[in-house]
Amino acid sequence: MIVRLMQRIAILLASLVVSSVMVFAFMAVLPGDPARVALGTSASDTAVAQLREEFGLDRPLVVQYFNWVQGLLTFDPGNSYISQAPIGPQIADRLLVTLWLVVTGMVLACILAIPMGTLMAVRHRRPSGLILSALSQVGVAVPAFLAGILLITVFAVGLGWLPANGWTPPAEDPVLFLKQLVLPALSLGMVQAAMLTRYVRSAVLDVLREDYLRTARAKGLRPTQALLRHGLRNAAVPVVTVLGLHLATLLVGAVVIERVFVIPGLGSLLLDSVSNRDLIMVQDVVMIIAMAVLLVNFLVDVAYLVIDPRLRVGGAS
Amino acid sequence: MRHQRQLTRHTATVAATLACLLLAACSAGSTADGNADSPDKTSDTLKIGLTAEPANLDFTKTAGAAIPQALLYNVYQNLVKLDQSGKMQPELATSWTLSKDRKTYTFQLVKDAEFSNGAPFTAEDAKFSIERVKSDWTISLKSQMDVVDTVQAVSPTELKVTLKEPSNDWLYRMTTRLGAMFSRTGVGKLATEPVGTGPYTVKKWNRGDSITLARRDDYWGREPHFASVTLKYFKDPTAMNNALLTGTINMIGQMQSPDALDQFKSNSKYKVVEGSTNGEVVLSLNNGSGPMRNPKVRQAVRYAIDHKALVDTCWAGYGKPIGSMVAPTDPWYQDLTNEYPYDRSKARQLLEESGEAGRTLRLRIPTLPYATACGTVVKSQLEQAGFKVKLDQLEFPAAWLSTVFKNADYDMSIIGHVEPRDIQAVFGDKTYYTRYDNPQFRALLKKADRGTQEEQTTYMREAARLLSRDAAADWLFLLPNLMVADKGITGLPVNSVSESLDLTGLSRS
Repeated sequence: MIVRLMQRIAILLASLVVSSVMVFAFMAVLPGDPARVALGTSASDTAVAQLREEFGLDRPLVVQYFNWVQGLLTFDPGNSYISQAPIGPQIADRLLVTLWLVVTGMVLACILAIPMGTLMAVRHRRPSGLILSALSQVGVAVPAFLAGILLITVFAVGLGWLPANGWTPPAEDPVLFLKQLVLPALSLGMVQAAMLTRYVRSAVLDVLREDYLRTARAKGLRPTQALLRHGLRNAAVPVVTVLGLHLATLLVGAVVIERVFVIPGLGSLLLDSVSNRDLIMVQDVVMIIAMAVLLVNFLVDVAYLVIDPRLRVGGAS
Repeated sequence: MRHQRQLTRHTATVAATLACLLLAACSAGSTADGNADSPDKTSDTLKIGLTAEPANLDFTKTAGAAIPQALLYNVYQNLVKLDQSGKMQPELATSWTLSKDRKTYTFQLVKDAEFSNGAPFTAEDAKFSIERVKSDWTISLKSQMDVVDTVQAVSPTELKVTLKEPSNDWLYRMTTRLGAMFSRTGVGKLATEPVGTGPYTVKKWNRGDSITLARRDDYWGREPHFASVTLKYFKDPTAMNNALLTGTINMIGQMQSPDALDQFKSNSKYKVVEGSTNGEVVLSLNNGSGPMRNPKVRQAVRYAIDHKALVDTCWAGYGKPIGSMVAPTDPWYQDLTNEYPYDRSKARQLLEESGEAGRTLRLRIPTLPYATACGTVVKSQLEQAGFKVKLDQLEFPAAWLSTVFKNADYDMSIIGHVEPRDIQAVFGDKTYYTRYDNPQFRALLKKADRGTQEEQTTYMREAARLLSRDAAADWLFLLPNLMVADKGITGLPVNSVSESLDLTGLSRS
């Protein structure tokens, strides 16, 4: 178990180093001088040189890389070229917003998908199972932003039950926060649920065919009991993998939903920074997203060890 | 099996990272953002939806319209300001006189004005602010203050400004951001903490979302109605409309989708206001190189554009045809739309005569709502008159600024020049991207700037007519100031004639 865990941590650290080098190198080869971009077309050469010095852009790339990494490690990535405000708090604020959105969407997806998927698997030959299956097929085909626009049209503009867009931090006004969270989280959650349902269904179907389930039935357990006691845990491994993957992609994918619902999250910060050519901000945001993706994968790995005791032994394989 | 799964997962991780990088690199033109606060609970707060969020709050170093729109007249004040009809009004100056040689302005200043940092406003601060433009500002507009020779604080309430040569334009520029008054002890953090004498201060800025201005308790002048005004920024026009429809905001300060106006016009809960602006939507032509150097080609372009049909198609019929680079709220405005009335056969004939008929013209437009909407219409109208046109969309601001604005690598473009009285800035400098070089035109502008008010009007009219005759560009239409607000909101700044969204007159009935 310990060896396994150490392996995973080593992989995580190595991936972090590689991705940081990639992100840095990529931004470094992009055409355009960040200082000139920041100052605009009418700036004089001396002003540009001054700003380059201020941001350390005149130093060798290797030095710049280590300064940047040091800034990230000490949680002090410096100031944005464009807004001149500290980057750290801005990213933290936006990341928190996106996390609220994505995690709520994911939880909604799980609440919908796990029972539905299981039901579809158990009844996969009966009409009810087929109908659910068809519904989820439709759900997979609907993009989240379309779901969002439809939800806004019906529940906000049409019925007036919920605000059409906007974001309020929970500490400021918890009720409004929840009201504003419902529609975007639903649009993300429903579409995710549709996809997840299909994974749950096939995982449970696989498990239903296993010998140990037949043995459990032979011991006298009813099908539902057998499935709950022995099946779901086994079915969970592939589902957790998919969950982890989706969580990571959602961090970036939520940008469309952020736009439709006018939510100041990480994705919109990235897009804004790109269009303002705030290159240091772009670099930091991309790195944070890469880190989040790697971290989620690491956690999924650890989750395997918890869910599946078989993986804990034989660590040296 | 497990290894395979792991492999797939790691591949996916790498793919996700790469996708991020690609996203960052490709610089998507469109963007997300903006967002909400609670619907109003007390009657004295107001939420206004706007389009462009400032990148920071320092307009001395960052160009663009977004910062003065939010701060000027509200947080910062000037010696003189523009009212809704474009007339000059006293603000921090109670009165002013001009010397006989038209070179020295003497301002009498208010006595009791205070900055939000507690420092009193005196003639020394005015001197400091005017001189600071030359020493500390970096935006290109600062050159409009080059004409200042000396500034003298005669007494705490008297300021004397001597110009190198007579200039009518200088006093006008004092109503813009260039004339904003700064505190000698309040310029340390302009990007985040502006200090001015105005009735509002910046209370909170949720980046990517909104700026909240709070009314000052210690304001020296007449207090505005609203205790707090939140400026909320929306990238997406539909989201802004929905926000008004559901009560998240009370007012749309800048309507970006005129075709959506009907849903508000037919609803008695809202009032729709259509006013004038300084925003000339220009079909700019490269007078300096390529086929557009040829006056006949430029004239052909002007004859080929059917302005009425164009405005109907791309801006829902809102927007006034103007014919030259003068806004209708300027004293020397004259209707020049008949200089080149729509005449397709004449356009065709001029194009034939020019000998450039076979050339493909590059219409390189920025990714802005009005430009993309009108770009295709302009292209099709020109093609109907025999032109060959290639339409490129360049991401705004970065790509358009470097390609068209800086390097003048274009034949035609479409851009709204929203700065007030910008005929000189856009056409009076031969190195500007329009590359218009006419000494006679520049001489007229100079005479207008030096002369009396009557002379100014006469010469400005002549200059505008010359510019139009030369077909230095085509003026598609004047951007309308379209606002929608809850019925009860009064005192809307109908005409957007200054650089400021003036909040001080707003009230609720």
